[in-house]
Amino acid sequence: MSQPSSLSDTHLRPLFEAVSITKKFGDFIANNDVSFTIHEGEIHALLGENGAGKSTFVKIVYGLLQPNNGKIFWNGNQVFIPGPQQARQLGIGMVFQHFSLFDALTVAENIQLAMPPGETIASLSVRISRLSAEYGIGVDPDARIHNLSVGEQQRVEIIRCLLQDPKLLIMDEPTSVLTPQETGQLFSVLRRFSENGLAILFISHKLDEIRALASHATILRRGENVGSVVIDGQTNRQLAEMMVGAKVKNISRQNAPEKSEVLFEVKKLCRPKDSIFSVALRDVSISANAGEIFGIAGIAGNGQDELMAALIGEWRGHDDGILIFDGMDISGKGPAERRVMGMGFVPEERNGHAAVPSMRLAENVLLTGHSLGNLVRYGLLDLFGMRAKANLIARSFDVRLPEGNPLASSLSGGNLQKFVVGREIVNVPRVLIVSQPTWGVDVGAAAFIREAMLNLAAKGSAVVMISQDLEELFTIAHRVAVLNDGILSSAEPTIDLTAEKVGLLMGGTHVSREERT
Amino acid sequence: MISMTPRKHIPLSRTLLTPVVSIVLTVIIGAMIFGLLDYNPLSALYEFFVAPISRPDQIGDLFVKACPLIITATGLVFCYRANIWNIGAEGQLIFGAIFSGGVALAFPDWPALILMPSMVLAGMIGGIFWAMIPALLKVRFNTNEILVSLMLTYVAALSIDWLVRGPWRDPMSFGFPLTKMYSDAALIHRIEVPFVGMLGQLHWGVVGALLFACVAAFLLSRTILGFQIKVMGDAPRAGRFAGFNPHVTTIGVMAIAGGAAGLAGMVEVSASMGQLQPNVSFGYGFTAIIVAFLARLNPLGVIFAGLIVALAELGGDNAQIVLGMPKVVTGVFKGILLFMLLAGETFNRYHIQWQRTGNKLNLKEK
Repeated sequence: MSQPSSLSDTHLRPLFEAVSITKKFGDFIANNDVSFTIHEGEIHALLGENGAGKSTFVKIVYGLLQPNNGKIFWNGNQVFIPGPQQARQLGIGMVFQHFSLFDALTVAENIQLAMPPGETIASLSVRISRLSAEYGIGVDPDARIHNLSVGEQQRVEIIRCLLQDPKLLIMDEPTSVLTPQETGQLFSVLRRFSENGLAILFISHKLDEIRALASHATILRRGENVGSVVIDGQTNRQLAEMMVGAKVKNISRQNAPEKSEVLFEVKKLCRPKDSIFSVALRDVSISANAGEIFGIAGIAGNGQDELMAALIGEWRGHDDGILIFDGMDISGKGPAERRVMGMGFVPEERNGHAAVPSMRLAENVLLTGHSLGNLVRYGLLDLFGMRAKANLIARSFDVRLPEGNPLASSLSGGNLQKFVVGREIVNVPRVLIVSQPTWGVDVGAAAFIREAMLNLAAKGSAVVMISQDLEELFTIAHRVAVLNDGILSSAEPTIDLTAEKVGLLMGGTHVSREERT
Repeated sequence: MISMTPRKHIPLSRTLLTPVVSIVLTVIIGAMIFGLLDYNPLSALYEFFVAPISRPDQIGDLFVKACPLIITATGLVFCYRANIWNIGAEGQLIFGAIFSGGVALAFPDWPALILMPSMVLAGMIGGIFWAMIPALLKVRFNTNEILVSLMLTYVAALSIDWLVRGPWRDPMSFGFPLTKMYSDAALIHRIEVPFVGMLGQLHWGVVGALLFACVAAFLLSRTILGFQIKVMGDAPRAGRFAGFNPHVTTIGVMAIAGGAAGLAGMVEVSASMGQLQPNVSFGYGFTAIIVAFLARLNPLGVIFAGLIVALAELGGDNAQIVLGMPKVVTGVFKGILLFMLLAGETFNRYHIQWQRTGNKLNLKEK
C-alpha cells in the first residue's frame, strides 16, 4: 500500500474540521491551538496520555464544552455547537466511556428515552432489530439492561447513536471495558460502519488497537496537537514517543525465580456478596512465592474489589487459616496490623481510597505509616518525620510536585499513583498487593511503576498484582491467574499463556447474571 | 449555570479581610432595614454592636454568654470533622445539667475540692450518655444520627421539665418548678482580676472553655486521634484502608461532643443559675452548630465565632430593651449577620463562575 505523505492527499472531502481550538480552565490550558480534520468514512484515532486533553477536545466536538478560541467546520461550513442536541442534529454521535443506561429498563425503553418523543416501542424495536441485523451487532430490543454484559451494553449505546443517523461517531476509550474477543467484535462492527461512509473518531491510548483499527491518528500531548499521521507509516515506538514526548523505556519480563518459599497464601477464600452489586468470591486460592509477581487478570467487576478488600483486611471473614503471610495466620488481622508484619497495599482507586485528596502529601504518608512506629509517638504526630518521608518518596519515585507540601488532589493521576505505590515500596514490604497499579496513568509513569515492582520482587518480596491490562501482566508477571465471576483460575507461568487463552478465561466461561443469582 | 471551584491560593490577608467585609455589608443592609422600619439606623447599630461591649464588665458578660457556645461548638467540631451529624447537642447539654445537678443536690455537704470535680465528671457522663444513644444505634443498626439526636433533644427537654416539676422540686419553692439552690461548693465562682475586681459575670468556666478550645485544636492538628477523625470525615474508605475502625470513630466523636455539651450544661447551671430549672439552655446546643460552621470547624476559630454570635445575641437583647425593637427584627438582623459571614467565607474559599452553556440537555449527557 502506498503511503500518502500527508492527509491532504486523500481525495475525500473533509467532513469535520476543527481549527485552532483553545480551551482553558482557569489558568490551565487543556487544549492549545488544536487543529484536526476527519474525512467521511475515516477511522481516526485520537491518541494521548492521561490528561493530554483528549476528553476535553471531544467534549468540544460534541458541544458539551465551548472552546475559548477556534473555529469548527462541518461539511465546509462554519458551525457553532452550543450543546449535544445541536451536535446530534448535525450528525455527530458519541458513545461515552461510562454508559448512561437504566438497568431496570429494556433496551428499547432505554433507547426510546433518548429519541424525540412520538415513536412507539414497537416501531423502535423493529428499527433496532433491522440495524443490528444490518451490522451484525446482535442486540435484543426486549432484553433488560441488567442482564447484558458490558460489551452488550456498549452495543446498545452504539445502536442508540446509530438511530440518530450520524455522520461522525465519537467513541471514548471503548475497549477499556471489553475482553479481547469483544474488542475484536467491536472492531469488525466499526469497520463495517466505516465502509458505509460513517467517520469514526476513536479515543484510546492502546497502540496495538489503534493500529488494528484506525488509518489515521492525531496525537495530543499536554493539550497540543503534536502531529496527525498515517498510522502505517509509524512504528508503535514512534507513536508512543510522540505521546510521551520522550524516549520510552522498555521493561522486559524477567525470568521466574527458581523454586522458592511461599511468602503469601490464600486458601479457599469465600466471601458472600453483600449487595446485589457485589460479586461473591468462591474458593479463591493464591500462593505467591518470594521473588515473584503473581498476576491476577480479569475484567473489572468480576470480584477484584471484593478480593482486594479481603487481602487488605478491610473485609474479614470469620474463619481462621484463610490468609497466611510467611507462615503466620493473618485472617483476623486488620490492615494496620498486616502492615506492621511487613505487608503493603495499593488499592485501585487513588482518590479517596489509597489517598485522601483533601489532605497534604505528608498526611497521606501517615495513612499507611501510622502503625509502623516511627511517625507517631505517644499519639503525637511527628510532622517533620512525615514531611521527610513524603520528600523521600517523591525523590525516589520521581513524583513531580508543585512546591512545598501540596494537597494530594493537586497531583496529576500519574504522579499520585507513583506516590501511593512508592509510599509502600520504600518500606520494602515482604508482600506487596496492588490493584490496577497503572490504571489511568501515563506511559512513562506506568513503566516506572512496573520497574519498581520488578525491583521489589528481585529483592525477594512477593508481589500480587490485580490488573485488567493484559499487556502489563504479560510484561511483568511471572505467573497469571484469571478472576472471572468471583472464581480464580489456577495460576500458570506467563510464558505458557497467550492473550487468546487468557481472554477466553476472562470472558469465555461468562455466566449471565440471571443464572448467577 | 453557576459553578464553584475551590481556590488554590487564599492569601491570609484576604481571609482576615473577609469577615470585615461581611460585617460592613451587614451594617449597610441592617441600616437600610432599620431605616425602612422607622428606627434611627445609627442608634440601632450602636445598640447592636457598641453598647453591649462599651464597658469592661460588659466584655466580661460577652465572654460569659459565649462560654457554653464555645464549649459545645468545640465538641461538635469533632463530630462534623468526622462527618457525623450530631444535631442533638442541646439535649446532651441538658443531660449534663441533669447529671451534674443530681450530684450537686445529692451531696450538698461535700467540700468544693471533691464536689466540683465530681460535678464536672457527672456533667460529661450525662452528655456522653445522651450522645451514646444515637451513636450506638447508628453503629448497630445504621440509623440516621441526625434524626435520632435531634428527636432526643425533645426527650431531654421534657425530662428536665419533669424532674424540676416533680421529684426534684424544692418543697420551699412556692410551687415554682425549681430545685433547691446548689450549695456554695457547687457553684462556679466569678473571677477576681487583681487591681480590677470582678469583670461583670466573668467566671472560671470561661477560662475552662478557652483552654478546652486550645486543647481541642492541638488534638485535631497534632495527634493521631485528630488525624483519624479527619480521615474518616474526608474519605471514609481511605480511613478503613488505613486500618481505622469507623464504628470506633463514630462512638469516639459522639462521646467527645456529648461530653463537651454536658460540660457546657454543668458550667451554665453552676455559674449562672445556681439551681436547675425547666430551661437550663436557651438554644445553646443549636446555636453552637452555627458557631462550629462559622469557625470553619476549627476549634480556635470557635472562640471568635462564639464571641461574634454572643455579641449578636446580646445586641439583639439590648435593642429590644432600649429601642423597643420587636424580637423578629433583631432576629432578622442576627440572621443577616450570620448569612453574610458564611457567604463571605464561601466566596473566600471558592471561585464562583457564571457559565454560559448551550442548553439544559447537558445534564442528561452526564
